[in-house]
Amino acid sequence: MKEMILEKRKNGSETVKTGRRIRKTTGLGALYHKELTDHLKSKRFLILLILIGSTGFASLYGAISALPDASGSNYLFLSLYTASGNSIPSFMSFIALLGPIIGLALGFDAINSERAGGTLNRLVAQPIYRDSIIIGKFLAGTAVIAVIIYTMGIAVGAVGLLSTGIKPTGEEVWRILIFLTFTVIYIAFWLALSILFSVFCRHAATSALASISLWIFFAIFMSLIASIIANAAYPMQDEYGIIFNSLHNYTLKLNLNRISPYYLYSEAVSTIMDPMVRSVNIVTVDQLNGAVNGYLSLGQSVLLVWPDLTGLAALMLIAFGCSYVGFMRQEIRSN
Amino acid sequence: MAEENRNVIELSHLTKKYGAKTAVDDLNLTIRKGEVFGLLGPNGAGKTTTILMLLGLTEPTGGSAQIEGMDCAHHPLEVKSMTGYLPDNVGFYADMTGRQNLRFTGRLNGLSGKELEEKIDRLIEQVGLTEAADRRVGTYSKGMRQRLGIADVLMKDPEIIIMDEPTLGIDPEGMRELLDMIRRLSTEDGRTLLISSHQLHQIQQVCDRVGIFVDGRLIACGTLEELEEHIRRDGAYLLELSVQPCDDRLLGMLYQQEGVEDIKKEGNTFLITAKNDIRAQITRFLGENGYTILHLHQRGGDLDEIYRRYFEKAGQHDERNDSGKKKKRIRNSENR
Repeated sequence: MKEMILEKRKNGSETVKTGRRIRKTTGLGALYHKELTDHLKSKRFLILLILIGSTGFASLYGAISALPDASGSNYLFLSLYTASGNSIPSFMSFIALLGPIIGLALGFDAINSERAGGTLNRLVAQPIYRDSIIIGKFLAGTAVIAVIIYTMGIAVGAVGLLSTGIKPTGEEVWRILIFLTFTVIYIAFWLALSILFSVFCRHAATSALASISLWIFFAIFMSLIASIIANAAYPMQDEYGIIFNSLHNYTLKLNLNRISPYYLYSEAVSTIMDPMVRSVNIVTVDQLNGAVNGYLSLGQSVLLVWPDLTGLAALMLIAFGCSYVGFMRQEIRSN
Repeated sequence: MAEENRNVIELSHLTKKYGAKTAVDDLNLTIRKGEVFGLLGPNGAGKTTTILMLLGLTEPTGGSAQIEGMDCAHHPLEVKSMTGYLPDNVGFYADMTGRQNLRFTGRLNGLSGKELEEKIDRLIEQVGLTEAADRRVGTYSKGMRQRLGIADVLMKDPEIIIMDEPTLGIDPEGMRELLDMIRRLSTEDGRTLLISSHQLHQIQQVCDRVGIFVDGRLIACGTLEELEEHIRRDGAYLLELSVQPCDDRLLGMLYQQEGVEDIKKEGNTFLITAKNDIRAQITRFLGENGYTILHLHQRGGDLDEIYRRYFEKAGQHDERNDSGKKKKRIRNSENR
């Protein structure tokens, strides 16, 4: 009997001991820290920074040379980001096209490289929640994206300010910040997508290829496919067709295009960065009747693209959600 | 006394099915505190699956796995905080140094600051990686990586250590060190070890008890002596014998010996199957008849033999399992 009590007491102290050892940590902090360090130290980060930096300054050069054409505008500073000249695209369209590559490069080997390197099963054997791994990777990637985008956006503005002497107004600063935040969300979507591929593709090369092909599809082919479908549904071959179908045709094409995050983003930021844009949908002559020509206030611009923003954020969350669920349900075995 | 014999790992009716295939079939096993247990079996026998269930990384289809009385599927964090796992082909971040890798593991286990650094230093010294600690892991040899793996496991100061195929691809010298380390972990620190392997000889040297695991079923479990005894009881004794001169007359005479059931000739060696231990009797007989014994060895006793015999037995029991195994192998190779 005495022995039993003794044993119980020993067991009791044992559980106290083990209870103490479980810290109130899910490991998220350590994982985030490690991923961030990895990214910032990697050559990949340097290459991305050089890529975005060089395109950013190239576009700034083009924009400055095009400034005289835009000198009538009240929002001259914004045209540093939106104007294109010397056949160099604007900063905005450069980012829309090249931004995804940042997200893809940061995420395409997130999970499968851990799996291939045999570090994943060591990692999941630690007393951490399994979702901390994928959340940590996503957050660290997003942080890196934010660093790159804000740095570049502000640097372009600063160089523009120095070289042209145009002072931004408060509203312009806000518009630029909103533009950059949009950009981070847009690129985070691509990060989430590439993490999704890295969960499901065994090899890093496969997932890189898959996400790059999706990127090219959305950036180039989506608009072609949208017009093919729209033309098939509402043909505009003859005059009759043009009269009756053009509204439907255009609306359908627009809605199909909006499936693409590339289009959503472009539409949203061009509205934010240009107060002259008053509508993102088709506008009839009827609706224009009596309208006063003027700039939209910042609040109204944001309101106009609010659906685009939520759509983009939703796409990002869906992509991340899928990779999260996929990762949580996956077997950990290395082979 | 009660403390010593406490069961730390308890598997009861543990079952795991992948679709129609049963990877682990109604496994019952208890491992006591401070014991070194060897889980032996061929590739694809379900050893890794069992280990993953123990760590709560895979959910069992039926039955339960408990560590220190905690269900592994429901309390994975508690279980993982006291169980160290050294996977087969342990991987590290190649771009980080050994020390950085250990630091990361320590942080995941909630260690920080001075406590963490001291522990890293101590463990690096313990596994003999002091000189290589600040080199990138990418430059490490397989044996060094394995030692770093052990340091990594010890970061959380586990009561139970599970090693999956730790001896794979290690050179003899590294092997000796590894086994030495395993022995010390058990005897000096009093940790419980579960080692899965298909390499018998190494495991034989360090294990207190072994379990033989074929096609998801534990077909034998016990100390080496017990297993040997078990085989003897239901099988015959097998004697290797080679003598000088070796003639046909001898064969006939051997057949007439009491207890001899069958004799096969392999080169210059006779393989004698007998009902009981006939060594003394044979020696006396040969001596009396002017034969010189060159070699006399009773098979069994070493794990290799035990292992082989158990596999033979398992194979005889049902051939269906065998074809299932083949299918799995094919699937495995497709995966790769």
